[in-house]
Amino acid sequence: METLLFNKHTNETSEIENVSPVDELKDEQISVETKDLNFYYGPEAQALFLVNLRIPKKRVTAFIGPSGCGKSTLLRCFNRMNDLIPGTFIEGKVYVEGEDIYHEEMRLEVLRKKVGMVFQKSNPFPKTIFENVAYGPRIHGLKDRAQLEAIVESTLRKSALWDEVKDRLNTNALDLSGGQQQRLCIARALAVDPEILLMDEPASALDPRSTARIEDLIAELRHEYTIVIVTHNMQQASRVSDYTAFMYEGNLIEFDRTRQIFTRPSEQQTEDYITGRFG
Amino acid sequence: MNVFKKSGEAYIFATALGMVITLVMVFTIVILILVKGLGFFWPADVVAFKMKIGEHYFGEVYDEKTAFLTDSDGQTIEQHQIQLKIGNRDIYGRDFIWIAENQVDKKYIPENVAVFERMEYGNFYGMIREVGSGEEVVRGQNSALIKALEAGHDKALELQEKIESTEVEIAKLNEPLNRLLREISLLEHSKTGRTEEGRGKLEAMRVRAEELSGKNRVENEKLNEYLQKLYRQNGKLYVAVEAADGRIKNIRLADVVRFYQPNQMNTFEKSGYYAAKLWEFVTGKPRESNTEGGVFPAIYGTVLMVILMSIIVVPLGVISAIYLNEYAKQGTIVRLIRLSVNNLAGVPSIVFGIFGLGFFIYMVGGSIDQIFFSSKLPEPTFGTGGIFWASLTLALLTVPVVVVATEEGILAVPQANRQGALALGATKWQTIRDIVLPNAMPGILTGLILAVSRGAGEVAPLMITGVVKLAPSLPLDLNFPFLHLDRKFMHLGFHIYDVGFQSPNVEAAKPMVYMTALLLIMIVMVLNLIAIYLRNRLRRKFKTSTF
Repeated sequence: METLLFNKHTNETSEIENVSPVDELKDEQISVETKDLNFYYGPEAQALFLVNLRIPKKRVTAFIGPSGCGKSTLLRCFNRMNDLIPGTFIEGKVYVEGEDIYHEEMRLEVLRKKVGMVFQKSNPFPKTIFENVAYGPRIHGLKDRAQLEAIVESTLRKSALWDEVKDRLNTNALDLSGGQQQRLCIARALAVDPEILLMDEPASALDPRSTARIEDLIAELRHEYTIVIVTHNMQQASRVSDYTAFMYEGNLIEFDRTRQIFTRPSEQQTEDYITGRFG
Repeated sequence: MNVFKKSGEAYIFATALGMVITLVMVFTIVILILVKGLGFFWPADVVAFKMKIGEHYFGEVYDEKTAFLTDSDGQTIEQHQIQLKIGNRDIYGRDFIWIAENQVDKKYIPENVAVFERMEYGNFYGMIREVGSGEEVVRGQNSALIKALEAGHDKALELQEKIESTEVEIAKLNEPLNRLLREISLLEHSKTGRTEEGRGKLEAMRVRAEELSGKNRVENEKLNEYLQKLYRQNGKLYVAVEAADGRIKNIRLADVVRFYQPNQMNTFEKSGYYAAKLWEFVTGKPRESNTEGGVFPAIYGTVLMVILMSIIVVPLGVISAIYLNEYAKQGTIVRLIRLSVNNLAGVPSIVFGIFGLGFFIYMVGGSIDQIFFSSKLPEPTFGTGGIFWASLTLALLTVPVVVVATEEGILAVPQANRQGALALGATKWQTIRDIVLPNAMPGILTGLILAVSRGAGEVAPLMITGVVKLAPSLPLDLNFPFLHLDRKFMHLGFHIYDVGFQSPNVEAAKPMVYMTALLLIMIVMVLNLIAIYLRNRLRRKFKTSTF
């Protein structure tokens, strides 16, 4: 069922039969959609080629593919973090919740409040645990201490960190272990109440135990947020995701239900990759 | 040989040697200053020399040297000479003499010789002969003399205080009248004074002045009479001291700063004296064209100037660095600006001084005077050197250091932290304010440390932007508006130059130069230590993610 209100700037509507190869998506609401997306790191350095992708709402979508295939680049297009790199530009469209995010009137603060991000390497601010989580709401104008405390507690509970840190909210966040720091970063991203959570290899720098906890966390959050996760780890992708996109050399090769991709991929390249023949 | 070359032993040795040479130079200068400076206040024994040709001196042995002279036959002879501080400048005309050791007939240590530190003419060395303590005159035994002297000295100091407070009272009484007279004279010389209206105003003012002086007359006379009485009382307090050559000098006790008999003092007493002198040096006002007394106004001026400079230079440098790094479009122009800023650090400081004089004092200060203080003109308020202009000039001089250090600090902020904030929807400004600046704080403080070190030791630009040899009042005091930005001030660096090279009595001033240098080094060190302490605390707070 198609219920999206499409872009108010351009009044375009999606053409479902041309864009997506996945028929089952017709039962899903669409959260992020790209149309003929080309991405360039410079005039001569194209990194994405005509990517057409529709990411369903409140599902976990995994991007897999060999290093340098453009999966992180694609992810960073969704909250325009690529803008930080000088010389980059795109062609095509990216819609988030129906809004053209590369439209010139798009305000990045508003976009990034809506699209949270967790990075490969945990990056808590050199502040207290409380301040780390409260920072997002604060910059968006929340001053009331009681409300901030409530947000900090609820997001730390969501990210399964509350029991470990509730007695030391005022200690430096950098004193936490690597896994805890990453969960703190997830809590920090959730504190501004985003609709979409982008995760760029969130567990690649963690030990297996911490990785398992992050994966559990993703499983718990899947009903509240649209989660897009980039991962190197195919087992991880198969464990946590509902949908999987396989990318290769800047092209989106295949996008389907995860079960489908890992059992009966329709493309030869996908099969080669998941069976370990290359990559 | 090949192995030796490969391992680079020779180069390692060279690096070690370079470091050793640097350290030796630093330690030599510090130890030299320490030895020459700290020995200054120790009360040396006063030695008496009786010369073969009949001269007789009391004095402190200051220095010794071996001179090579040529006698009448053309033979070179060695002569051992002693430098003596004989004091008594008012009767000898000089403080220091060199005597040849082989001309000395007799050398002994006179037990009762006394040293008088005076407000003027330096020390006096001699035997106490009589003490006038007001009503009576004491002669005879040393102990009795000293007792009378101590009592008389206390009395003299008390009287001196009374005299000063009475003088202040008189000045306060006559202040309104003097101000009125000044206004009258200003009006007389101005254009409005010649108009009809101005003349009427002048007449009214003159009548008012007449009234005021009439009203004050009785009070004035009473106070002046009291003052005269105090002067007379003070005049009766004196000590007669016999110099080594037999001449007797009457010294007013009010002119005596302190007196002591070094040859009777034990080490403990000498230490007490030493501490008192050191205390006076740090907290007292200078005397005798800065060669005696303390350097407190100079310490005060130096520290205040450095603080003002820091308050100006840190925001200026940080703001510039932020703009250069975060907002300016990186390209040729920014590269040029950066190059210029770096080169600014190499411009001779006197050039900054001249710029400060021409731009800040004459242009900005002159304009301020025209607009806000026109009633005081032609006497300048801000149109002349002052602590604010000096601080501003030094801020300009040190801003490149702060800019460069801040830029380095900003570059060292992990990119991940910035992205973390931006990904939460923070604007660029919020990211800079909350993430970049706190993280760059250690770098900023490094810049401050370098700026303070450079600023505190700078003399040349200050000489033309507000430092004076002797400032009548401190730039920060208890009188409204407390911080007097227009006031001239004293500075330790300039003090060294002034005492060492501009004083009439260079020989006596030498130790003072060392002491002042020591103090300046210590102040720079303390200011640096404070900044380093702050930086380390911040570093601990902002230790970057390590996993």
